Amino acid sequence: MRLAVHKFASCDGCQLSVLDCEDELLTIVEAVEIAYFPEASSRMDDGPWDCSLVEGSITTAHDAERIQEVRRKSKRLVTIGACATAGGIQALRNLGDVEAWRAVVYARPEYVATLATSTAIADHVPVDFELRGCPVDKHQLLEVLLAMLHDRRPAIPRESVCADCRRAGQVCVTVAKGVPCLGPATQAGCGALCPGYHRGCYGCFGPSDHPNAPALSRVWQAHGADRDTIVAALRTFNTAAPAFDAEAKRLEEDR
Amino acid sequence: MARALPITHLQALLDRLGADGRTVVGPVARDGAVVLEPVRIVDELAQGWRDEQAPGRYRLVPGEPRVFGALLGPQSPKTWLYPAKLTLFRAERDGASFRTTSPDRPPRLALLGLRACDLAAIRLQDRVLLGSGVEDPAYASRRREVLLVAVQCHRSAETCFCASMDTGPEVSSGYDLRLTEVIDERGHRLVVEAGSEAGRAIAADLPLVDVPHDDDAASRQAAEARAGQSKSLRTEGLRERLLDALRGPHWDEVATRCLGCAGCTMVCPTCFCTAVADVTDATGAAERVRRWDSCFHTEFTHVHGGPTRAELAARYRQWLTHKLATWHDQFGTSGCVGCGRCTTWCPAGIDLVAEAERAATAERRTE
Ligand code: SF4
Ligand code: SF4
Ligand code: SF4
Ligand code: SF4
Repeated sequence: MRLAVHKFASCDGCQLSVLDCEDELLTIVEAVEIAYFPEASSRMDDGPWDCSLVEGSITTAHDAERIQEVRRKSKRLVTIGACATAGGIQALRNLGDVEAWRAVVYARPEYVATLATSTAIADHVPVDFELRGCPVDKHQLLEVLLAMLHDRRPAIPRESVCADCRRAGQVCVTVAKGVPCLGPATQAGCGALCPGYHRGCYGCFGPSDHPNAPALSRVWQAHGADRDTIVAALRTFNTAAPAFDAEAKRLEEDR
Repeated sequence: MARALPITHLQALLDRLGADGRTVVGPVARDGAVVLEPVRIVDELAQGWRDEQAPGRYRLVPGEPRVFGALLGPQSPKTWLYPAKLTLFRAERDGASFRTTSPDRPPRLALLGLRACDLAAIRLQDRVLLGSGVEDPAYASRRREVLLVAVQCHRSAETCFCASMDTGPEVSSGYDLRLTEVIDERGHRLVVEAGSEAGRAIAADLPLVDVPHDDDAASRQAAEARAGQSKSLRTEGLRERLLDALRGPHWDEVATRCLGCAGCTMVCPTCFCTAVADVTDATGAAERVRRWDSCFHTEFTHVHGGPTRAELAARYRQWLTHKLATWHDQFGTSGCVGCGRCTTWCPAGIDLVAEAERAATAERRTE
């Protein structure tokens, strides 16, 4: 399998998760040829690739072009991380005045060519599989790679964090401590990491396949969170994910 | 005459239960709740705590110096007899074919501190996992070896409704040992009664003392627990009332509050649904892994084209009506033992008893 790893607007954290799979990748080095991975290697073989991992969101006109080319040259395209699957934290720009910010932040704003929005890869090209997380979980990443290698469907459930939290025997922080948690509306995959450290989930894997965000807002309110707190919790790494965005907007309009 | 273990000799019980390599699992205070975990020494047990429970709320507060002062936590015998995650077998390449290996031997367990409703839940799991034609080997191997040490409840939590389900609060059968914790002017002790040959053999090895005045300790405490139990499920005709209400308006309403998080089914001591997945590692070796699943997950009913219960209302209805109605058709009994875990541990505080009553009485949708 000829593998490529591409970067768009992102922090590189997910690519580091790929590097973190090094030991495991070495055992399959005969089966996987890393043909293009600028972050890790000077080898930058052109496509076609059997599988492309794509990190990052689309924030420039140039990247909007480039992703088309990556898609054309990739048999399978897998997006990794909150940026690629939902636009990332930089999608906060979608709510603001990008022109004004650019003028304030950069000494020579005219050098910065940027779009007004940060959008997920799937908004631009067909995606074969989306792997969530900020950053992605190493074990899930390996599972996806192995699934691609063995031509099977990745075993990545889209249920909520609560399921993993309960299966791990963790004590629910909302019930036992009154701590608000985004777990019930967030997709599993991290192994319910945060509740395991006695804090609420902050939603870095984005919405599950069946979130009831309005009901969860009411649970947060019952535990003392005000609207601004809930909106801030929804507007982080997956702010542009439809279920989180819609609930934040609903709360803001209700104000 | 009643025989009791002075609390100062509690270690002798742990040691005897753990003899011949058994893992003793008992109530331990962790992260704000009492959970069931391996215990070796008395100090690890959740002594001096009491649980306060309400829909969506659980708090551990300091209480009498009881070892078994906290009633029920989020875990149950299911946690140990029917584990949340289990490797069913491993498979490795062998030339053109493959070879499978069985999972490791399951642990031999002694479960300490079970309540009447826990024993009832085990009876239900026996019916489902052993008695419905196909035996579940993973459950059977754990169940055959386990020692069940029950404790008579001395009070009820606000969420308990075992009396109305006829599953408690008296610990009346299905135990190897029954303990009744007594604290009075004569001291602090556990009245020990055996309910099986294995239990008698253990009791015979313990430094028990005669306590003539404790003959009715268990029934006295059970009566107190019963008197203090305010919640009850109206079970009469419930199956029919719920099945009549399948098209009622209530399900849509509860779906506005339910998070679909599956917490209730995970903590329920009788829910048995699992998902099986094959996973491969980098070398191509494969494992078949089984995990608790839930009818609250949309993927649970995924067939080609999508889930058959796409609406949360339909999923909530499945949970409530399976548990309280169609279990009767499937297994000849209710699927609920009245432990209240689903209600306490629901982050949204959705109360099973209240919802069942509302669903069963809501006006039918006019179409
Ligand atoms: S702590 Fe959070 S993720 Fe865990 S069960 Fe509670 S609500 Fe769900
Ligand atoms: S349905 Fe609720 S009360 Fe009944 S056995 Fe399950 S967890 Fe306990
Ligand atoms: S209520 Fe749901 S999870 Fe529980 S046994 Fe029935 S179908 Fe399975
Ligand atoms: S009833 Fe409560 S615990 Fe069950 S799925 Fe709904 S919100 Fe979760």
